[in-house]
Amino acid sequence: MAAFIEKLKIARREEGGSARTPSPFWVMVQKEFGDHIRSWRFIILLAIVTLACIGSIYAAVTALKDGQSASSGSGSGDAANSFLFLKMFTESDGSLPNFLTFLSFLAPLIGIAIGFDGINSERNKGTLSRVMSQPVYRDDFLNAKFVAGLLLIAVVVFSLGFLVMGMGLFTIGYPPTPEEFWRVIATLLITTVYVGLWLNLSLLFSVRFRQAATSALSGIAVWIFFLVFYGMIVNLVGNATAPGDPTDAAALLHQQDWLMLLSRLSPAYLFQEAASTLLLPDTRTLNPFITQDQAYLAINAPLSFGQSLLLVWPQVVAIVAETAISFAASYVAFMRQEIRSRS
Amino acid sequence: MDKPVIELKQLTKRYGEFTAVSGLDLEIRPGEIFGLLGPNGAGKTTTILMMLGLTEPTSGTATVCGIDATRNPMQVKRRVGYMPDDVGFYEDRSGLDNLVYTARLNGIEAGEAKRRAEELLGKVGLADAARKKTGAYSRGMRQRLGLADVLIKRPEVIILDEPTLGIDPEGVRELLALIRDLSRNEGLTVLLSSHHLHQVQQICDRVGLFVGGKLVASGDLDALSRELDGGPSHVVELDVVGWNERLSERISSMEHVTSVETTDPDALGASGSASAGAPGAVTVRVSGTADVASRLAAFVVENGASLVGLRPMRYGLDDIYHRYFEGGDPSGRVH
Repeated sequence: MAAFIEKLKIARREEGGSARTPSPFWVMVQKEFGDHIRSWRFIILLAIVTLACIGSIYAAVTALKDGQSASSGSGSGDAANSFLFLKMFTESDGSLPNFLTFLSFLAPLIGIAIGFDGINSERNKGTLSRVMSQPVYRDDFLNAKFVAGLLLIAVVVFSLGFLVMGMGLFTIGYPPTPEEFWRVIATLLITTVYVGLWLNLSLLFSVRFRQAATSALSGIAVWIFFLVFYGMIVNLVGNATAPGDPTDAAALLHQQDWLMLLSRLSPAYLFQEAASTLLLPDTRTLNPFITQDQAYLAINAPLSFGQSLLLVWPQVVAIVAETAISFAASYVAFMRQEIRSRS
Repeated sequence: MDKPVIELKQLTKRYGEFTAVSGLDLEIRPGEIFGLLGPNGAGKTTTILMMLGLTEPTSGTATVCGIDATRNPMQVKRRVGYMPDDVGFYEDRSGLDNLVYTARLNGIEAGEAKRRAEELLGKVGLADAARKKTGAYSRGMRQRLGLADVLIKRPEVIILDEPTLGIDPEGVRELLALIRDLSRNEGLTVLLSSHHLHQVQQICDRVGLFVGGKLVASGDLDALSRELDGGPSHVVELDVVGWNERLSERISSMEHVTSVETTDPDALGASGSASAGAPGAVTVRVSGTADVASRLAAFVVENGASLVGLRPMRYGLDDIYHRYFEGGDPSGRVH
C-alpha cells in the first residue's frame, strides 16, 4: 500500500516536472486524486473492502475445496467444472457472502464516501471562490472532481479484482481461460461504472446541500432505500396489482413485465443482473418467464462471452444512462449556483 | 487621463425583488488604490463578483482591462487577482503547495511556479512557514498568504475583498503597507473593499461610498468632504483654558467665521479626538468659509485666554460615513 502511494507520488512528480504545462483541468484532477489517496477516509475504505475481499475468497476457496460446487452447478454438470475460476467470485461456503455480493453491497459506499463532500467542503473552506477566480472553467471543476473520483474507483476496483484473481490462482492453482479472464474484466468495468453512478449521485448531493453531513446522509439514505426498501415496495405493488383471475396468462405476464421494469429502475438491481450474468455463464436469460417450448428446446450449455455481454447490454446502458442523468443534474445545479465565499 | 482599468456602466444586479446593486457607474484608473466603502450588505461583494464574471449582472456592463467581464470571464480572470473575504486554503497542504496549485491553474509550469511561490512567500513574510500546513496558520498569516496567492499570476489588477477583516492592528498595518508598496512599486491597480474606514483612509487614493447598492459618493477625501451637502469647508478645533461667552461672541463676529460651538471633550465626538486633557480646558469648534486658524490663535491669546491646543480639522471618513449612513444598517458602523 505504502509502496503504491509512493509510486503514484513519483508518477505525479514526473508528470509535473515535464516541460509541457498541463491544462488546469488535469492539474485539478491530479490534485484531487492526490488528496483522495492521502486521506484517511480512503485508507479506511480500502481496508474494509480488502477485508471483504479476503473473506469472500476464503469462503469461496473453502466451498470449492469441499466440493460443494457440484451441488450448486445450476443443474448442468459439465458447466460446473468448466468455469471453475469464475466460481471464485460467486461461490461461498455460507459463512460469508461471496465476492459479488460483497461488491454490490460495498460499491455504493465507495462512491458515496468519495463524492459526498466534493463541492460543499470546498465551499465551506472558502477554497471554491478562490479556485473559481483563477482562469478555470466552472464545469472543469466539477468534471475534475468526477474524473479524479472515477479514476480512483477504477484503480480500486481493478486492483481488488486482480487481487482476487491472483489469490485464486495461488490457492486453487487453476488458471483462468481467456474467456473467464475477459468475463472478469467486463464485470470489473461494469462495477466501475456502477460505482461511478453513486459517485455522481453523491456529487449531486454535495452540490445541493451545504453541509457535508447532510449530503452524506442523503447518499446513504438513497443507498439503503435501493438496497432494502425498493424490493419490498416493488413486491407490495406487485401484490396490490396482481390480476384477479390467476388463469389469465396474458394479464399475469403483463403485470410481471411491469414489475420487472419497476425493479430495473433500481441501479442496484441492474448491477446485480449484469454482474451475475457475466460471472455465471449458465444464465441464459434475464426474463423471468420462458415458455415451456423455449425451456425444452434450449440447448443446455453456457452462453459464450459475447452472448452474455449481449444479454446484459441493456442493463449496462441503463446504468450509464442513470449516471448521465445524475451528472447532468449536478452539472446544472452547480452552473446555476452563485459562488460566494463561505456561503 | 489614462484609459480606466475598471469601468462599470449602469451595473445592476437583482435577486428577485431585492436589488443588490443598482445603476453603478465607476471608473478606476491604472495604478491607483481605490477603496470601496460600505456597510455590510451594501453590495460590495456582488459588485466585485460581477467584475470577475462570477455573477452575471442583470443589466449594465463591467469592463476590466478593456474586456467585457460577463462575456469573457476567462481573460479577465487571467489578468485580475481576486482575494475573497475570509480566504480559504487547502488545509492539509502547505502554504507553498497551495500557491503552486494556484500558479499551475494559471498555466504556469511547475518549476517556475515553485520559484515564484517561494519568492512571494518571502515577500509577504511567510518564508519560515512555507512548508507548514495552512490549517495551522493564524488569521493574519492566511491573509498574507492570500495576498501572495493573488500575486502569483502576476496580475494587472488586484481586487481584495475585506482584506483587513479579523486581523490585529499591527497585522493590518503591515498588510496595508504591503499593499501600498505593491501598488507604488509595481504599478498595480488595487481595488479593496472594506467597512473599516480608518484603514482604507490610510492607503487609498480614492474611495467610493457604497450604500444600499448605490454609489453615493466617490473621489479623494477632499472631494468627498466637499461633496458633503452644506458641510463647512474649514473647521478648527481649539482647546482653550479660560473660555467665556464674550470670547465666543467676538469670535463669531470675525470675518469668514460661520459658527462657534463648544463640544463635549469625549471620545464619542464625531472626530474621536478628545482634548489633550488640560484641566479646565474647553474644546471649541469654529467653522468658517476660509482658513482662520492662525488668526484665531492670535485672537484667543490677545484676549487673555490660554490656548492649549489647536487642530485644523479635515473631514475624516468617519464623518463622511456618518453623514451618509445615518439611518442605515447600524452593523456597518464599525470603528
